[in-house]
Amino acid sequence: MHASADDHRIAAYAAAAIAITIAEAALPSPLPGVKPGLANIIVLVVLLRHGWRDAVWVSLLRVIAASLVGGTFLAPGFVMSLAGALCSLGILGLSTRLPATWFGPVSHSVLAAFAHIGGQILVARLWLVPHDGVFYLLPVFALAALVFGVVNGLVAGQIMSAHSVLPAPTGEIAPLPQSLSR
Amino acid sequence: MKTGYLWHPGHAWLACLRVGDGLTVVLATGVVVLLFATLWTTSRADRAIVRQGGELIAEIALTAPRRVEVVGPIGTSVIEIASGRARVLADPGPRQYCVQQGWLTRANAVAICAPNQVSLQLAGPSNSNRHDSISY
Repeated sequence: MHASADDHRIAAYAAAAIAITIAEAALPSPLPGVKPGLANIIVLVVLLRHGWRDAVWVSLLRVIAASLVGGTFLAPGFVMSLAGALCSLGILGLSTRLPATWFGPVSHSVLAAFAHIGGQILVARLWLVPHDGVFYLLPVFALAALVFGVVNGLVAGQIMSAHSVLPAPTGEIAPLPQSLSR
Repeated sequence: MKTGYLWHPGHAWLACLRVGDGLTVVLATGVVVLLFATLWTTSRADRAIVRQGGELIAEIALTAPRRVEVVGPIGTSVIEIASGRARVLADPGPRQYCVQQGWLTRANAVAICAPNQVSLQLAGPSNSNRHDSISY
């Protein structure tokens, strides 16, 4: 079995996304389910640099590996996370067909964030809390999706425009750029 | 020494924004506002329902100012109706809870004068009766 350069690249991005997810899990949240979703910045960057297929790989590897580390694999939280990831990947597959001269990372990020909460609340309604009461929380989740969607999109845009500082992983161990190795 | 790239004062965070992004953000904001407006507001009340001893005494539209006197076991409670709101103006009860609640404005809000067995409840459009009562 031989790992190709593609595999190395995907693994490197997925590792970054997993590390961010685990670090983020340590942050307290005012409401269960409201999280910045900073790992989605990595997914966005992968999407814009390497296309949808790689983004799917990175996103799903992140969901599975982070749940294994966190001990929630196949638990309700994992299913919610997977549903959100699948919905946002679906939307990202469509949104990347929008003209790139008009729609940048912020558009993709906001649309994906809304798809994410949409998928999660649907799973919650159909499976975890079979009552319309869950929709009462929807405005809060939507507001969080808007705010974090914009912020994550801006950060992804920054990374995209900062190639010299944060180069795409090649699968080889590259020396750190001057600005980071101080 | 090079300063931190991301926080360089001359570096524009918004440089990656394009016309469509503005459109997306505006639309998404609209969706959020719409969700709050539809899911987080109780409809305004349009009529007051007055009961004594469980019996319906009056159902009054909250359109014109009016006073209703309700006689109960310990005296007379006075309900005041105004445009879009109603309150218990006076009650013979010892603790005056229902009077101190002041004006009720929202659908399903209720003021109960238990000693005199009088209740004042506001009602809105029929689809808003999802709760037995709401206190604010």
